[in-house]
Amino acid sequence: MAPLKGFFHSSIARKFWMAITGLFLVTFLVVHLTVNAFTLVSAELFNEAAHFMATNPLIQVMQYVLAAGFIIHIVMGIRLTLQNRKARPDRYAMEKAGANSSLGSRTMIQTGILVLLFLIIHLRNFFVPIKTGNMGGMDDYTLVTTLFGEWHYTLIYVVSFVLLGVHLNHGFQSAFQSVGWKDNRWKGLMSGVGTVYSIVVAGGFSLIAIYHFLF
Amino acid sequence: MSKLDAKIPEGPLADKWTNHKNKINLVNPANKRHIDVIVIGTGLAGASAAATLAELGYNVKAFAFQDSPRRAHSIAAQGGINAAKNYQSDGDSVYRLFYDTIKGGDYRSREANVYRLAEVSTSIIDQCVAQGVPFAREYGGLLDNRSFGGVLVSRTFYAKGQTGQQLLLGAYSALSRQISKGKVEMYNRHEMMDIVIVDGKARGVIVRDLITGELERHSAHAVVLASGGYGNVFFLSTNAMGSNVTAAWKAYRRGAFMANPSFTQIHPTCIPVSGDHQSKLTLMSESLRNDGRIWVPKKKEDAEKLQQKRIKPTEIPEEDRDYYLERRYPAFGNLVPRDVASRAAKERCDAGYGVNPTSQAVYLDFADAIMRYGRTEAHVKGIHNPSDDQVRELGKKVIEAKYGNLFQMYEKIQDENPYETPMMIYPAVHYTMGGLWVDYNLMTTVPGLYALGECNFSDHGANRLGASALMQGLADGYFVIPYTIGDYLANDIRTGPISTESQEFEEAEKFVSDQIKHFVNNNGEKSVDYYHKKLGKIMWDKVGMSRSEEGLKAAINEIRALREEFWKNVRVPGSDTGLNTELEKAIRVSDFLELGELMAMDALDRTESCGGHFREESQTPEGEALRKDETFSFVSAYEHKENDPGKSELHKEPLTFENVEVKQRSYK
Amino acid sequence: MKLHLKIWRQNGPQDKGKMVDYDINDVSPDMSFLEMLDVLNESLVAKNEEPIAFDHDCREGICGTCSLFINGEAHGPDRAVTTCQLHMRKFKDGDTIYIEPWRAKAFPVIKDLMVDRSAFDRIIQAGGYVSVNTSGNTLDANAIPIPKHDADRSFDAAACIGCGACVATCKNASAMLFVSAKVSQFSLLPQGKVEAKQRALNMVKQMDEEGFGNCTNTGACEVECPKEISLENIARLNREYLSAALVE
Repeated sequence: MAPLKGFFHSSIARKFWMAITGLFLVTFLVVHLTVNAFTLVSAELFNEAAHFMATNPLIQVMQYVLAAGFIIHIVMGIRLTLQNRKARPDRYAMEKAGANSSLGSRTMIQTGILVLLFLIIHLRNFFVPIKTGNMGGMDDYTLVTTLFGEWHYTLIYVVSFVLLGVHLNHGFQSAFQSVGWKDNRWKGLMSGVGTVYSIVVAGGFSLIAIYHFLF
Repeated sequence: MSKLDAKIPEGPLADKWTNHKNKINLVNPANKRHIDVIVIGTGLAGASAAATLAELGYNVKAFAFQDSPRRAHSIAAQGGINAAKNYQSDGDSVYRLFYDTIKGGDYRSREANVYRLAEVSTSIIDQCVAQGVPFAREYGGLLDNRSFGGVLVSRTFYAKGQTGQQLLLGAYSALSRQISKGKVEMYNRHEMMDIVIVDGKARGVIVRDLITGELERHSAHAVVLASGGYGNVFFLSTNAMGSNVTAAWKAYRRGAFMANPSFTQIHPTCIPVSGDHQSKLTLMSESLRNDGRIWVPKKKEDAEKLQQKRIKPTEIPEEDRDYYLERRYPAFGNLVPRDVASRAAKERCDAGYGVNPTSQAVYLDFADAIMRYGRTEAHVKGIHNPSDDQVRELGKKVIEAKYGNLFQMYEKIQDENPYETPMMIYPAVHYTMGGLWVDYNLMTTVPGLYALGECNFSDHGANRLGASALMQGLADGYFVIPYTIGDYLANDIRTGPISTESQEFEEAEKFVSDQIKHFVNNNGEKSVDYYHKKLGKIMWDKVGMSRSEEGLKAAINEIRALREEFWKNVRVPGSDTGLNTELEKAIRVSDFLELGELMAMDALDRTESCGGHFREESQTPEGEALRKDETFSFVSAYEHKENDPGKSELHKEPLTFENVEVKQRSYK
Repeated sequence: MKLHLKIWRQNGPQDKGKMVDYDINDVSPDMSFLEMLDVLNESLVAKNEEPIAFDHDCREGICGTCSLFINGEAHGPDRAVTTCQLHMRKFKDGDTIYIEPWRAKAFPVIKDLMVDRSAFDRIIQAGGYVSVNTSGNTLDANAIPIPKHDADRSFDAAACIGCGACVATCKNASAMLFVSAKVSQFSLLPQGKVEAKQRALNMVKQMDEEGFGNCTNTGACEVECPKEISLENIARLNREYLSAALVE
């Protein structure tokens, strides 16, 4: 075999990269949530943070890494799903998957795709205007609060984050399994932390949005 | 007599095997590449033989009727494997293992073979550990042992209640390695239909591809049968559904002698029959008798209440329980050999003390063991004055660690929790000590045809000790046949490939295809199972745990009549092409119907009781088996004659005992 | 009990196959599931119909031959059992029971409920062994002490019976539990460590070539496994494989 071939071209390798990019995105969400939380403190603080994120050279580099992470995660996820479909060409007439696995774990591609659709909307509404400076004269804070003032936007936002929470709840501990760091002693803790994390992320983003919608 | 030369090497018992290995012919590695060997069956004996022969350089073709070699029925062996390692320093030795096996077999096995078995037993454990077999270990990291019936030492190595599985997977992995190298060609879902004899030598087989239904010819310079035992002649047994005698029986019909066919082991601890729908019986490992106590009620009225399910066993007070094995055999107690334990259970049940609705069950009780282990655990954990409940909980954990999978298996089948209520058990057909007659080299009376493992008769006499079947299978496959087959094949280095176009192959294939055509065109009325169940009932009632002249004679007549009716009236739906499970069964049952008669004949001829063979006419006043050494110290070997098992000719191989004192077995 | 059965019938690999309805009466709760099928087959033979082909052998849950997908679950609704150990007391009078073969690209149907699982054999042949020849001169079995904890975990992994329930039940038809059990058995023992890296690489390569899907950690295999093989083994396989791939 060519050197490192197995590290890129095998079922386990694909899962490994899925996990690594997933864990990277998990970290990113924490940063993003922290910045969002600043909107609850003051407009100035948030604007300053947003400015920092838009101009800091390291963050600028990381943006490309982040984009790569997203793309690998998405492309790999779709590829895995297609391969997995092929592994069972004939379906069962009767399947009781609920008896042995969680709905979240079985619907990663569905929640993933829905979150991806949201991501596109989200990029169009926030990232592109901020990046291009084409914000109709609003500062970052006003842009955010204006959008959250629209009920349908906030609704989509909250639903998407609930879906993301479901995605993360499986993805978090699954990633540790895929990279081989999980064993029976740690599995309870890992799923526990994963669940808490998912609730914090889904709840955090949603509550901030709802707060701005209400006040 | 001249037909039976056991070829036992000269010299003192302990040196025979070494001397023999030093003297026999070898085949040089370059020549091994030009020699083909067929192995039938991939259980412990077959898989280990195929792997080892391939390692040596022979071209091996291995056949299994299962869909993978890993599924052979050796996998179901539970308790363990014996070896004279003496790791426990409890006085074990090669001689003691030899002695226990000869005595346990009730002095009906061949000294030299048994000694060799004991001798190579230690290498088996080394080999298996090297292969990565995860045997049970103690906290210090060394191998653990336990005790089995009929012995006074702890020499049984085990992997929970799945020792057979682990050993077979070890042999399977060795076999898989050779398959990947191309040294073994593996044929799954292929069943052997006949042996082909060319110029008096075994030169090939006819097999049937069970998927396509096609007959295939395969040739080789030698054929090794490792096709297991024939307990399924009883229909209900602990054997797998597919286990059958066909390979061995076809060898018998082609001239290999069948030895001691009536020697059947009835295992004392099986889950009782639950109804007419029953398809097989499940064993509960003998290892359970290390800790379980066997009892029935002392009072008949209690037994009757249990039969009517009016009381629970736990309601019967200690003083009203009859621990009959401990009572009758104080020295060995619950760990008497299998034949003794089985007969004792039958005696109590026949006397009306059975504990289930059919009165065909006794208790195997772990309550004492749970409390005993619990108290030790409490000590270890430093719990002072623990309550009974605490002790019980701790004890249950120990029992679970030892026998968890067996207890779970029992609970699934019986729907009762054996931690809370005693298990119900009853004897069932488990193993056949009889089999193809082989000499010291494991060759049958047909040159070039070998028989290994349960398929041969050689090591267990009239009763096999627990944990010895695994030992024998692996001894034969890993350590005996690889040497002894060379002695024969050394003459074949110039033979070249054997043609499958000869008349002998032609005739053998035609014989098989005619039989198959008969079945699929028969359009009879009754299913194969109908006949198999009938045969099983005759065998169990009359050729089972207790045998009498009258019963055996009746059995012979009934089996003959049943066989005739079977050929006329069996129904096999479907065709001879493609997969046809009813056809597979029909072929197997047709052989069982012949074997059954030979078993009854052998049992009738042997008017003594020995080991698992109990003739009602030959017992002591206390009801123990009575051997007659002056008249019956021989191996009965039957030669097929005139296409009729009833006309088989009996040959006798006298047994001489120079290294043990022959005496009536006593476990009291 | 009376039961309505919906059973997959397929007369050979090329046949399309379909679900066929059968009614069966007089089912005793003490019967095993396969004994119930025996009774059904006996009635089919009586009608001169071909019986339903299904794989089975030891009927005590250890050979791994039996293999049915019953009411949407591998080996049926009970836990820690094979189909042969499943008893009819787990069902109720009047129940409808779906009986299907294992479904996976790597396990093609042979006939009715029988499938070809030789892919598993080929995975073992790719490296599921310790390369040691038979000899009477290996190390003494007690020469290398092995911590009990490791030996026990190795045994737990080695308890796999190769039935394929993990593949059948996985929504991706992944064979990771099977492969990881064998890799773990050996990697936990000093005897198996020597070849651990090559073994993990080769077995996974073969697994991928056979057309099994990828593991997405749903955990269904562990739940349905009759021998309760732990998911921990899959994590260990991932670890073993990735470290092997890195230095390869």
